[in-house]
Amino acid sequence: MDDIERIKKAKKEWEEKILKPHIEKHPERMERFSTISDHEIKEIYTPEDIADLDYMRDLGFPGEYPFTRGIYPNMYRGRLWTMRQFAGFGTAVETNQRYHYLLQQGQTGLSVAFDMPTIMGVDSDDPRATGEVGKCGVAIDTLADMETLFKGIPLDKVTTSMTINAPAAILWAMYIVVAEKQGVPSNKIGGTIQNDILKEYIAQKSWIYPPEPSMRIIRDIVAYASEHVPRWNTISISGYHIREAGSTAVQELAFTIMDGISYVDYFTREGLDVDSFAPRLSFFFDAHMDFFEEIAKFRAARRMWAKIMKERFKAKNPASWLMRFHTQTAGCSLTAQQPYNNIIRTAIEALSAVLGGTQSLHTNSMDETYALPTEEAVTIALRTQQIIAYESGIPNTIDPLGGSYFIEKLTNEMEEKAWEYINKIEEMGGMLRAIELGYPQKEIQDAAYHYQLQVEKGEKIIVGVNKYVIDEDVPIPILKIPDDLEKKQKERLAKVKRDRNNAKVKEALKLLREAAEDYSENLMPYIINAVREYATEGEIINTLKEAFGEYRDPAYF
Amino acid sequence: MPEEKVRILIAKPGLDGHDRGAKIIARALKEAGFEVIYTGLHQTPEQIVNAAIQEDVDAIGLSILSGAHNTLMPAVIKLLREKGADDIIVFGGGIIPDDDIPFLKSQGVAEIFTPGTPVSETIEWVKKHVKPRHKRK
Amino acid sequence: MDSSLIEKILSGDDVATARALRMIDDELPEAREILKKIYPYTGKAHIIGITGAPGAGKSTLVSKLIELYRKKSLKVGVIAVDPTSPFTGGAILGDRIRMQSHSTDPEVFIRSVATRGHLGGLSKSAWEMVKVLDAMGKEKIIVETVGVGQDEVEIIGLAHTSVVVLVPGLGDDIQAIKAGILEIADIFVVNKADRPEANRLVKEIEFMLEMAGIKDKEWQPPVIKTIATKGEGIEELAVAIDNHFEYLKKSGKLKEKIRMQLEKEFENTITSLIKEKIYRKIQEKMESLISKMENGEVDPITLGEKITRELLKEEEK
Repeated sequence: MDDIERIKKAKKEWEEKILKPHIEKHPERMERFSTISDHEIKEIYTPEDIADLDYMRDLGFPGEYPFTRGIYPNMYRGRLWTMRQFAGFGTAVETNQRYHYLLQQGQTGLSVAFDMPTIMGVDSDDPRATGEVGKCGVAIDTLADMETLFKGIPLDKVTTSMTINAPAAILWAMYIVVAEKQGVPSNKIGGTIQNDILKEYIAQKSWIYPPEPSMRIIRDIVAYASEHVPRWNTISISGYHIREAGSTAVQELAFTIMDGISYVDYFTREGLDVDSFAPRLSFFFDAHMDFFEEIAKFRAARRMWAKIMKERFKAKNPASWLMRFHTQTAGCSLTAQQPYNNIIRTAIEALSAVLGGTQSLHTNSMDETYALPTEEAVTIALRTQQIIAYESGIPNTIDPLGGSYFIEKLTNEMEEKAWEYINKIEEMGGMLRAIELGYPQKEIQDAAYHYQLQVEKGEKIIVGVNKYVIDEDVPIPILKIPDDLEKKQKERLAKVKRDRNNAKVKEALKLLREAAEDYSENLMPYIINAVREYATEGEIINTLKEAFGEYRDPAYF
Repeated sequence: MPEEKVRILIAKPGLDGHDRGAKIIARALKEAGFEVIYTGLHQTPEQIVNAAIQEDVDAIGLSILSGAHNTLMPAVIKLLREKGADDIIVFGGGIIPDDDIPFLKSQGVAEIFTPGTPVSETIEWVKKHVKPRHKRK
Repeated sequence: MDSSLIEKILSGDDVATARALRMIDDELPEAREILKKIYPYTGKAHIIGITGAPGAGKSTLVSKLIELYRKKSLKVGVIAVDPTSPFTGGAILGDRIRMQSHSTDPEVFIRSVATRGHLGGLSKSAWEMVKVLDAMGKEKIIVETVGVGQDEVEIIGLAHTSVVVLVPGLGDDIQAIKAGILEIADIFVVNKADRPEANRLVKEIEFMLEMAGIKDKEWQPPVIKTIATKGEGIEELAVAIDNHFEYLKKSGKLKEKIRMQLEKEFENTITSLIKEKIYRKIQEKMESLISKMENGEVDPITLGEKITRELLKEEEK
C-alpha cells in the first residue's frame, strides 16, 4: 500500500511538473485517445491502476483456474495453434481441390465455407438461389456433394470446422454419413459446427426458424454428440459476427458470453448434465485492429467463462471451465483501397490473437473486400501465421503481456463493462427476451453508426480510406467464380434426384416431420436417415419449416 | 406548408444477412431528412419492386454483399420497366468489383458505391440526383 | 387533372394509387381534385385502427390479419404510420418488414407514412389516404398508428373499429389504461399471450372496464388473447372486429361516426384552404412581418387578425 501511495504521489508530481509543461509546448495529437471501440485510454498506466489485482485470484497460472493466462499449462511451447483457413467456393469439386492444396501447404485443419443458399437452407435449383450458387462458399445440396467435398481426405486424420448454423444438423449429418462410408466410425471424427443460432438473431441474420425450435435442434445436436460423436465441438459460440456487424469489443465479449450462458442454462434445464456437454462448447472471436484492446478481450473472456461455469453452473469437470476459442482476423477492418495494406492489418490482428492465447486462427486474405480469395492471397495469409509461429519468437513464452499495467487494467475494464451488459440482459429476462426487444441489435447498430461517423469526421483514421488516399486501379487479381458453376451444380442435383429412391426419401421426410412435432424426440437420427437417402438440404429444411414456422427480420433501428 | 419529401427504399435482396451497410445508409438518409422505407432482409426482386411502387419512392438503394449483384440488380430494373416505373432511380452498394460496374450501369443502375465509400458521399449523391418523381419532368 | 389517373385508381391500379397518395401526402393542389373525383366511390370499406406501444407486435398482428382476410378473398389496404424525426425531418419507415409476405399479392396495398410533424398518432394525410384506398376497392383498410405516445386518440375519429394492443410485462398495462386507452378501444388485444403475466393483464383490463362503467354500455369491448407470431387468436380477433362493425351499423353509431367525419373533413378543408390562401399572399412579406414582430412593432395576434380580416374583405369584393 505504501508503495502505491508513493507512486500515486510521484505520478501527480510528474503530471504537474513534467507532463503538463511538455504538452503545452508539444500538444498531443488528439484531444481524447480511445480504442477503436471508443474506450478511453490514458497516457500511461502504473501499479496504481492494478492496485487491487490479486495474482492468484485474478490471473493464476496457465492451465489453472481462472485461466486468464491461458487454458493449457505450456500453451504454444507444446503445440502451436491450429492454422485453419476457411475455404469453399463453386461446387464440391473445386473446393475439394483447394482443400488438397491447403493440406499440402501445411494447413492443419479444414474449415468449410458454404454458399448463401446452403447457409439459408435453399437448394441450388430454387429460384431464390439464382446468382448465389457457389459464390460465397461451396454449394452443398445433398450427401453426394459432401462425398465429393471430402474425396481423398481421410476424416479420421483431419478435423473439420463447418461454418453453418440454422441448417447445422443437416450438414453435420452428411459429414457423419460420409465418414461412415469411408469406414470411420462417428466416435473417431473430430471438428466443429458453428451451430450458434443466438448470434444469428443478434447479428449475422442467417436464421430460418423462430428461436424456440432452433434451440431445440441445438439441444438435439448436443445430446446426440455427447453420446455418439464425443470428439465434436457442438457449438462455436460466436462473437465474430457480432463484431463484424459493428459492435464494440465489450459488446462482442458480453453478448457472446451471454449467449453461452443462455445455451448452458437451456441445456441444463432440458435435463442434460453440464459436464456432459460443456467441454465440447467452444468460442469464436474477432481479432480487430486495436491491438491491446483485443488481447485484453481474449484474456477477460477466458476468466469470465471459467467463473461462470464453475460458480454459476457448478461444473465439476475442469474441462468444462475452459474457454477454447477460434479467432478470425477482422474482415471489416480490411479495405478495398490499397489492398496490399490488408496484409499488414491481418498480421497485427493475428498477433493479438496469438498473444491472447487462441486455439486456432484464420487469417483473412488481402483481397477479401472484393471476392473470395485467390490461391496466392490465401497463401500469404497462411504464411503470416507461420511467420508469427516460427520466426517471431512470440509463442516461446506464455502470456508475455501478463502483468503489464495497461493490459491488466484493460482486461479488468473489459470484464467490468461486459458484466454490466450481462446483468442488464439478465434483468430483461435473458438473451431470447433481449433479442425480442431488439436490445443487442440496437446496441450494435448504434456502435456501428457511431464508428462510421468517427471515421467520416476523421476522428478515426483508416489508412488509404480517409488518409493517405491515392488514385489507383485495383492492383491485385480477383477470383472470378464462373457463372456456369450454377448450371453445373443444378445438373449435379438433378442427377442425384433422378438416381435416388424417391419413395424412401418421402418416407424419411415423413418420419422426420412426425418427430418434429414431438418436442421430446431427438431429431438427429431422423435427419441422418433422410440425408442417407439423399434427401436434399432444402427438402429437409422445408419439412421442418412446416412444423416450426419461419422467423422474420424484426429490423430494429 | 406543403412539404415535398424525397422517399427512398433501402432494400437487401439476396440470401445473406449482412445489413450493417444498409442500416447505416438508412439511418444517414433519415438524418439528412429523407423518408426511408426499409424492407428488411432476404427480399426478392419482385418484393422490392412491388414495395417501391406502392410506396411511390423516388429511388431504390440496393445493398448486395453476396456476389449476386449481376443477377439481382438487373432483375430489379427489368421488373420496374415492366411495371412502368422505370423512372425510379436505382443505385447500389456492397462488395462489387470494379470490373462489374460498367455492366451494371449498362443495365440501368445509376450509381454503384463500393466498399470504403464515405456515407456522406452516398448521401450527397442522393441529394443531387434524386428528386421527387412527379416533379422531374 | 388527368382523368385516366382517376379511372386507374378506381380500377385498383397500384401505380396510380401510389401516386395519388403521394400528392396527398405532399399536399399538392392536385390532391384535392383527385379527392373530389373519387369521393362518390368511397364509404364502402371497413376501417380498422390498430394502436399500442412499440414492441407490442402491431405490425405482426396486422400481417396476420391480412393473411386471414386474404383467405376470405377480401381486398386489403394498409396505412402504417411511423414518426418523423423532429430534428431532421427524416424518417425510417419499417412497418412493411413484418408484412413483406404480402408484398407480391396484387390485392394487398401497403403504404408507409411518416407523421411529418403531425401529432395524435397519425399523419395529417391519413384521412385522405384512406379515402383513396377505399375508392380503389379495398374492403378492409387497416391503419396502424405510430405507437409512441399515449395520446393517440385521433384514431377514434378515423377508424370505425379501434383495436388497442397491449403486451404483458411491458410495464405499460395499468399505466396505459389510466392514460385514456380505455376510451379508445373497441377491442382489446393482449398479444404475446403465452407469457406468464398474460392472464393477469386480461383481468386488469376487465376490472378497469368495469370500474369505468364501460361494461354496462351497449358495446362491451372484448379482451382477446393472441400470439401474433404464431397466428393464434387472430380468427377470434377478426370475428370481434366484424361484430363491432355490425354493432355500429345496427345501433346507428356508424351514421354518427360518418357525420363526425364529414364535419371534420369539411373543417379541415376550410382551414387548409384559408391557410394556403393567406400564406400564398404573405409569402414574400414573411421575413419583414416576422421582423416587425421581433422589433415589438406588433404582436402576432394583432397581426394575424389584421391579415385574415384583409383577406376576407378582398374575397367579399
